[in-house]
Amino acid sequence: MAEHAFGGIKIRELYKIFGPNAAAHIESVKNGLTKTELNEKHGHVLGLRDINIEIPSGRIQVIMGLSGSGKSTLIRHINRLIDPTSGEVLVDGVDVVKMSETDLREFRRQQTAMVFQKFALLPHRNVLDNTVFGLEVQGLPQSVRADTAMRWLEQVGLKGFEQKYPNQLSGGMQQRVGLARALANDAPVLLMDEAYSALDPLIRSDMQTILLDLQKEIKKTIVFITHDLDEALRLGDQIAILRDGEVIQQGTSQDIVLRPADDYVANFVKDVNRGRVVHVEAVMQPLAGHAAPSGPTIAAGTTIEEAVRLLVSGPEKDVTVVDPTGKPLGVVTLRQLAGAIVSAHGTTSPSAAAPAMAG
Amino acid sequence: MDWFYKFPHMNDDALRSLKKAIDEGFRAFTRSYGDTIEFLFSPLQHFLIAADRFMTQTPWPIIILLIAAIAWAATRNLRIVGGCFVTLLLIGYFDMWDDTMRTIAMIFVCTVLSIAIGIPIGILMSRSNRVQRVINPILDVMQTMPSFVYLIPVVMLLGIGKVPGLIAVVIYAIPPMIRLTDLGIRLVDRDVLEAADAFGASGKQKLFKVQLPLALPTIMAGINQTIMMALAMVVIASMIGVQGLGQPVLKAIANQYFTLGMFNGLAIVGIAIIFDRVSQAYGKRLQKHREIVHG
Ligand SMILES: Nc1ncnc2c1ncn2[C@@H]1O[C@H](COP(=O)(O)OP(=O)(O)OP(=O)(O)O)[C@@H](O)[C@H]1O
Ligand SMILES: [Mg+2]
Repeated sequence: MAEHAFGGIKIRELYKIFGPNAAAHIESVKNGLTKTELNEKHGHVLGLRDINIEIPSGRIQVIMGLSGSGKSTLIRHINRLIDPTSGEVLVDGVDVVKMSETDLREFRRQQTAMVFQKFALLPHRNVLDNTVFGLEVQGLPQSVRADTAMRWLEQVGLKGFEQKYPNQLSGGMQQRVGLARALANDAPVLLMDEAYSALDPLIRSDMQTILLDLQKEIKKTIVFITHDLDEALRLGDQIAILRDGEVIQQGTSQDIVLRPADDYVANFVKDVNRGRVVHVEAVMQPLAGHAAPSGPTIAAGTTIEEAVRLLVSGPEKDVTVVDPTGKPLGVVTLRQLAGAIVSAHGTTSPSAAAPAMAG
Repeated sequence: MDWFYKFPHMNDDALRSLKKAIDEGFRAFTRSYGDTIEFLFSPLQHFLIAADRFMTQTPWPIIILLIAAIAWAATRNLRIVGGCFVTLLLIGYFDMWDDTMRTIAMIFVCTVLSIAIGIPIGILMSRSNRVQRVINPILDVMQTMPSFVYLIPVVMLLGIGKVPGLIAVVIYAIPPMIRLTDLGIRLVDRDVLEAADAFGASGKQKLFKVQLPLALPTIMAGINQTIMMALAMVVIASMIGVQGLGQPVLKAIANQYFTLGMFNGLAIVGIAIIFDRVSQAYGKRLQKHREIVHG
């Protein structure tokens, strides 16, 4: 679609106050007025406070947080379904906040597509006509629309259902229509607000697989909201954790699981199956010198569980962890790996957490 | 203590001259603008006459077939089509065919007019709470004001005839059209509207691709009610010269012809039921997509 490389999304010093007189309180909020104080003294709700997130092109940014933490508010700023009280939202270098009505409409048509928690399909249109909606709004000719829509319906596994109405479909299928509708737009940014939260675990896992498989080809910049940590860890190249409208930690899944910023995050990650998340680098013995790898090697970025599987089927020996260029980084033993799995805050055994990640 | 038992009303003379002043003002208005207003309404007159002529001059078997065909197209229900057929045959057999056709023509024009005026007003109302606050009381007045009362100014302006009758009927019958259009649009799911916004739909695209289609079942209910109210108004409208089933009823009241009144009354009921069943079944068919819920 875009002739030039897409520039990613940058959110800078974004504040949102809900209420009739939001602008009047922005200064005091910037000077440290808390959410509770703002609500009690002025009857305004602090939606977001000083959000700074950079999302490189082609990555999946997950935003996590409990209910009411401001996730939906944040994602709606990216296509300006909600106007910020102050701050910048740069999408491909252009500030969405400053766009005129017409520019914004054009931006939404060409640059973003959205998938909703409650699907938000048009009940009076069949699957095919729902899928073409974005293209229709863009004013593309009928034949192009139908072809594109059919292609995406096939991609999400809905071939043969084109003529069905949304309420003839299961939740998982409806959400696949939602996904096809968004993908048909071929916009560089894909916004997914708890797109999978209404689905049961097995279908959810299927949908995650569909998304990850598709992402290998389409390379969209995806903002994905969830309050499920397993989902976040599985999908997210980067994860940001929100609480009461503030980002309290951002980083990769490794950062979040291994170095939770505070108790709130630690509480989030305590039940996670570390064996499937933590990479071998985190437990290996770093190499002091530059000794050549002797014996079996394992790639950096392998999860502990995967490494254990490789080790138990191989010879009883230390294994060298190597980076993609083959440079050795450290050594790891079966004992260390096993230790890392059970030391997971001593709370949950891996097998108990396993079903959540099934599929 | 006189004021306690008898309401201290406005001075008789003052009241009389107030009424007189208003009456005279209106009369003066009628004298100077009556012709212009009549001219403005002449397209309506042509429309009415054309509809009337079509219904009364087309041979009856063709009309029956036409109505049955419309009923079939709208409902796909053989029982309803059969019901229409039998009702029309009975009406014809009891020699009320011409009056019934005139009434149907009148109702048809009223309904078209109510839709053409009511839906845009309903849309405006749904878009702004302020407009809603202004229009709602007007609709209340239109619905509760005894219809005889607004016949007076209409007759003063336009005289006796079809067009004033039409206007009176439309005033009486249009409020549900407006209200239900407004309601239908306001009831459209916010999530779906947000999705339309997120895909960059313009206001017009949202209206025609999302709001109106989703409000359609409610709007259909409005059309149904409008038709029913128009039929109820037909007898009153016949007092100012609207031809059709209302006139024999009036005659029956004046002369105490019980059977004449009864037959024509039943004919009105008959076509009311036809209109009602057909429009309701059509409305239901429109929302078929809502019925089949995934189990
Ligand atoms: N239009 C609004 N007016 C006032 N307050 C609002 C509005 N929208 C959201 N809020 C408040 O902003 C906060 C964040 O809401 P938001 O919907 O973004 O949460 P969320 O993280 O998406 O929660 P959930 O997981 O339940 O979807 C909440 O306290 C909510 O009450
Ligand atoms: Mg939300």
